[in-house]
Amino acid sequence: MSLAAKSVSGSKLDIRRVREDFPILQQKVHGKPLVYLDNAATSQKPRAVIDAISRYYQGTNANIHRGVHFLSEHATEEYEDVRRIAQEFLNAASPSEIIFVRGTTEGINLVAQTYGRANVKAGDEVLITDMEHHSNIVPWQILCDERGAKLRVAPINDRGELILEEFANLLGSKTKLVAITQVSNALGTVNPIQRIVEMAHGQNVPVLVDGAQAVPHMKVDVQALDCDFYAFSGHKVYGPTGIGVLYGKSALLEAMPPYQGGGDMIASVTFEKTIYNRLPYKFEAGTPDIAGVIGLGAALKYVGDLGIENIGAHEHDLLEYATAAVSAIPGVQLIGTARKKAGVLSFVLDNIHPHDIGTILDQEGIAIRTGHHCSQPVMHRFGIAATARASFAVYNTKEEADALVRGIEKVREVFD
Amino acid sequence: MSDLRDLYQDVILEHSKAPRNFRVLQAAGHKAEGYNPLCGDRFTVYLTLDGDLIRDITFQGSGCAISKASASMMTQSVKGKTVAEAEELFGRFHDLVTGHAAAGSSENLGKLAVFSGVSEFPVRVKCATLAWHTLQAALEGKQEAISTE
Repeated sequence: MSLAAKSVSGSKLDIRRVREDFPILQQKVHGKPLVYLDNAATSQKPRAVIDAISRYYQGTNANIHRGVHFLSEHATEEYEDVRRIAQEFLNAASPSEIIFVRGTTEGINLVAQTYGRANVKAGDEVLITDMEHHSNIVPWQILCDERGAKLRVAPINDRGELILEEFANLLGSKTKLVAITQVSNALGTVNPIQRIVEMAHGQNVPVLVDGAQAVPHMKVDVQALDCDFYAFSGHKVYGPTGIGVLYGKSALLEAMPPYQGGGDMIASVTFEKTIYNRLPYKFEAGTPDIAGVIGLGAALKYVGDLGIENIGAHEHDLLEYATAAVSAIPGVQLIGTARKKAGVLSFVLDNIHPHDIGTILDQEGIAIRTGHHCSQPVMHRFGIAATARASFAVYNTKEEADALVRGIEKVREVFD
Repeated sequence: MSDLRDLYQDVILEHSKAPRNFRVLQAAGHKAEGYNPLCGDRFTVYLTLDGDLIRDITFQGSGCAISKASASMMTQSVKGKTVAEAEELFGRFHDLVTGHAAAGSSENLGKLAVFSGVSEFPVRVKCATLAWHTLQAALEGKQEAISTE
């Protein structure tokens, strides 16, 4: 992409130009122009990302951190450059606080299996919320089962907002960690993370934030949030699959035992004693996804060039527009009506199962997600089995929201 | 391009809106629960056997139009048949919705032939076969809910 994608009017983006950066969007599906509204599952990739990966394999491929030869040095440099790009992206205090992982899921599992196992004992509690993705539930269940600890769940209201008073009541001397999403993937709710961190720190409880659905839509500053851990996936923010970032405060990471053992995470190995490498390498065992990291770097640069505030403003307008249009369709009920939302429009239609909605929209070239969105407790909370979910990215347009509305009307016609 | 009307035929839509034999069978000697985790479809199939004969069969639960209509029409199709006949029918139905049916073989499927459009929508095969798998589990006396995954 280029700065050309910014229109002359200033901060507003020229979305038509942005769309040209994404080769996949130019195709037709079932004879209709593709309307891709499944961005909360994964976003599409700009040419800059695709080219960066291809360039790496064509010109730079070598293993990192060990070779003395030209290619290895070059690959190492590119890899470590991305660590600084990610540091800047999250405003972390140091690049050594940026650990490359496979994605949000691995980031959370890493913390559960290292910090968790070292600090959570029998009778202790881990506090999550009722709106978490399975990836921010199951790792804590595994930990709590193993340690004889208890998983506590803070409830949400009918809008899909965390009930802060209930959260405060559940936070106590037994709580060893809070794990919470910044933006709900099923509902779109934006949680007041800064306030939650203040509340938790007031009880000396560290906080892990699941940022998978937040980083594509808003500026994240981990120092301003003062969170202790922050995890996100590259593929939801225009980067490749299989790569993500775990941020952790240095002091916590230093004190944590390693996650996986292997090459790169050690300073020296004898059969008597192994000395672990310094941060962040202590947590990066084995040859990493070097191409993925380089692709992630290109994605974060792309987002930086467009401006995350511009992206967020465009998506906010689009979400408001689509919400108004979709909720005006007879029989539609929105699931998730938080006062602060980002990116996600989840709904159900009277007497029509989301799976049928998904199939009929697909025939119109419209890709949405239907099902429980890996958030079965959220579905349970609202007394439904599934929702239809449209989710937005920077390249989506009001015309596409209109196509969604026409598609839903078509669904109603088929079932009339 | 596959046509939506091939999938959502009028008979299917009608059965999904007004499913037949949609009730709990109190006297059921056999029952099983079927679950499709992909979309949350969940049905219980109840049946009573008279020797080898399926004397009565009902179902309850929730799911998409395809899974519900399939369950409804399945109960109509297998009622009064022997277990072996029901199994054989499932085999032919399965071939139909997965696109493996030999030419002309759908003729002896009767009304179930309306599901032929499912073969154009591979992700919906699980919806169409959920009730049938559940019936099989009920006949085999499985205690745990069966899953399409």
